[in-house]
Amino acid sequence: MNLDAARAALVEEARELLVAMEDALLQIEAGTGGPDGINAIFRAAHTIKGSAGLFAFDNVVSFTHIVESVLDRVRNGKLEIDEAMLSLLLKSGDYIATLVDAIERNTEQEEPNPALRSKLEAELKSYLDTSSVAQTALEAAEPEPAAQLEIDEGERVSSDNWHLSLRFNEDVLRQGLDPLSFIRYLCTLGRIVHLHTISEPIPAAEHYDAESSYLGYEIDFESDASRSQIEGVFEFVREESQIRILPPHSKIDEYIQLIESLAEPAGRLGEILIHGGALSESELERVLNQQQEQDRPPPLGTMLVEQQMVPPNVVSAALSKQKQSEEKRSHEQKFIKVEVGKLDQLIDLVGELVIAGAGANLVAKQKSVNAFEEAAQSVSVLVEQIRDAALTLRMVPIGEVFQRFPRVVREVSRDLGKEIELVITGAETELDKSMVEKLSDPLMHIVRNAMDHGLESTEDRILLGKPSCGIMRLNAFHDSGSIVIEVSDDGRGLNRERILAKAIERGLISAEQHLSDNEIYRLIFEPGFSTAEKVTNLSGRGVGMDVVKKNIEALRGEVEVDSTPEHGATIRIRLPLTLAIIDGFQVMVHGSVYVIPLEMVIECVDLVHQDYRHNIIKLRGEPLPFIRLRSLFGHPPSAAQQRESLVVVQYGSQRAGLVVDQLLGEFQAVIKPLGLLFQQMKGIGGSTILGNGQVSLILDIPHLIHMTSQREMPPMLATSRSELSEKINH
Amino acid sequence: MSTPSSPPPETAAIQANHSLTIFEAAEQKSTLLTALSNSSKSLEVNLSGVDDIDSTGIQLLLFLKQEAQRQQKAVVYTHHSPTVLGVIELLNLAAQLGDPLLMPRGETA
Repeated sequence: MNLDAARAALVEEARELLVAMEDALLQIEAGTGGPDGINAIFRAAHTIKGSAGLFAFDNVVSFTHIVESVLDRVRNGKLEIDEAMLSLLLKSGDYIATLVDAIERNTEQEEPNPALRSKLEAELKSYLDTSSVAQTALEAAEPEPAAQLEIDEGERVSSDNWHLSLRFNEDVLRQGLDPLSFIRYLCTLGRIVHLHTISEPIPAAEHYDAESSYLGYEIDFESDASRSQIEGVFEFVREESQIRILPPHSKIDEYIQLIESLAEPAGRLGEILIHGGALSESELERVLNQQQEQDRPPPLGTMLVEQQMVPPNVVSAALSKQKQSEEKRSHEQKFIKVEVGKLDQLIDLVGELVIAGAGANLVAKQKSVNAFEEAAQSVSVLVEQIRDAALTLRMVPIGEVFQRFPRVVREVSRDLGKEIELVITGAETELDKSMVEKLSDPLMHIVRNAMDHGLESTEDRILLGKPSCGIMRLNAFHDSGSIVIEVSDDGRGLNRERILAKAIERGLISAEQHLSDNEIYRLIFEPGFSTAEKVTNLSGRGVGMDVVKKNIEALRGEVEVDSTPEHGATIRIRLPLTLAIIDGFQVMVHGSVYVIPLEMVIECVDLVHQDYRHNIIKLRGEPLPFIRLRSLFGHPPSAAQQRESLVVVQYGSQRAGLVVDQLLGEFQAVIKPLGLLFQQMKGIGGSTILGNGQVSLILDIPHLIHMTSQREMPPMLATSRSELSEKINH
Repeated sequence: MSTPSSPPPETAAIQANHSLTIFEAAEQKSTLLTALSNSSKSLEVNLSGVDDIDSTGIQLLLFLKQEAQRQQKAVVYTHHSPTVLGVIELLNLAAQLGDPLLMPRGETA
């Protein structure tokens, strides 16, 4: 057994258990836990202790033992669980997590924080008088009867079916008994899932006695019948024949015995067993390995006990638990773990495939051979599916991020003395794994901020006639190619006047400027902006909302604020679903190709020259701001009779039009980042490589829309160029 | 009874007995082996008339296949009767025998 692998498994398992423990503690606090909750926590602690004991991680064992003793007393009704104890147990859980971290770093010999440990231990022990510590320790040392049974039982296979191995006596036919009729009779008791006839024992002609029975049968049988009923089928042949019946979920050992008792080679039998579903491949591997290892040294657990490193009951409990979880795993082998690096490599390759596919398509079009074009077309349909499938591999539910927050909200509400309830919705919404990691910190900041500044204190809320308990909401959903994450509170909302005053004081805006509410709210994302009048230990630590905004923008996302005075504020984060590949829409402007993310394109219309003025066009009676890409990118104005098209794009709730020369159609774009030199460029989000090898720019639609809504000429190349020419003319 | 048709040098054909049970087993064994040795390459056994078969019968069919292989010949079973098909299905032998089966209407292999 690979010890490193086992160690990693222990770390992982312990972490999962700690999360479960924390959940259960929080549920108990919320009053939804019940006795199951306490049992779950106790089991978690117990299992961690047991597994750690296997490896002789004494730090973990001794600490977890005290926690377990307290929990045991709670479980037996000797202790009442109260708030102080909950906090203590949460902190103890954290400390176990620290110990587990140490194991992961291979530094478990050192105590990570002896001061904290002794403090926690003292507090925990205050719940147990000294005599009872010894007593519970003793109690805990008694192996639970269930655990003992389990260890006797050994590892079991996952198959739900009976397995029957039938090797009839050679004379069975001469005695007037036909194996076929036994099998037919068996069918009346259930269903044969799989039957394999062993015909190998049939001898060559000179030894073949037509009246002898040579065939053997391996049967996987689904039935509710009892063992004695099934045995009864073979009553008449039992004595001389070899009839082996293994009930569902038999022990691996029994399969070992089965394989050993039969004449066929183990490998061949194994194949048959796998084929019929009696054993899974991994189970067979274990059977064969164990078979070989029977002469080898006893397993690790036994060795540890023999060397008196750990008491036997700890090993037995831990082993039984491990078996349980293994069993569970083999039942639910729905997931496999894959290294993230491998996935990334796959996605990179898919990206290259998309580019190469586009190239092939282009050649196909140029050759205009029908069959070739058709083939290229079906390839690109497949490439598209592969791309989508590959990208979904990286998708994980956002619940992974959200699950940290119940604890955070709890702690903060204690610290601030505010009653806060957290409501999470849309936790199953999926997004790219890499974003999950990067989202965690910004979200944490927003939530802390909202609790600190947004929600009023309990007294204030009562004065205002609001329910005394403030509500924080975390919500996520998919919306036109983006994922939207909302953090809202029902607090006082953003203070428009105070933000304005602060912004003027900080010189972010001038006093004369007239700003809409939304523009004012957006000021909180400016660098160095913090309205908190007193600095608490939660927010206002110099890390402002500007960092949040920067982090989100680095993910090609956007943050916006909605606020209603007295009713609360909502911070909305909008992120693209993937970072790597998008469906693009190609447009041509003065011979250059630009790509617009297809999800943002609403419609395309022919631009008729009469109905637009001053960058506003009337589209079906509605005004729509637009930008001419020609002037934006400094191309010369189009000839008067040149046909132009208008691409209507939307981001969030805003729309705008982009005027282009020509529409070229859909295209899968693999996003390549722009070099350092171009990173300051507004209006361009990245670059991509076209099928013909040309580089094309991807437009940053959110920014362009923002530009049109400012109702000013884009302060870009076009203006600077015209200013320049004016200056030259003067 | 089997009726060996005129033995062409390469392929022989034979009609299997209506009953392939332990009572005929020994006799059938020699009939079939003779038919096999009379053909230089392959033997075609028509099973359409088989209305009774037991373990010895099915074992015999397997044996003949095995024996043919040993002699580097081929045995092909054709026109399986419903009775034979039933046993082949029950014992999951279709793949081991490897002959194309014509399943009666309404049943799937």
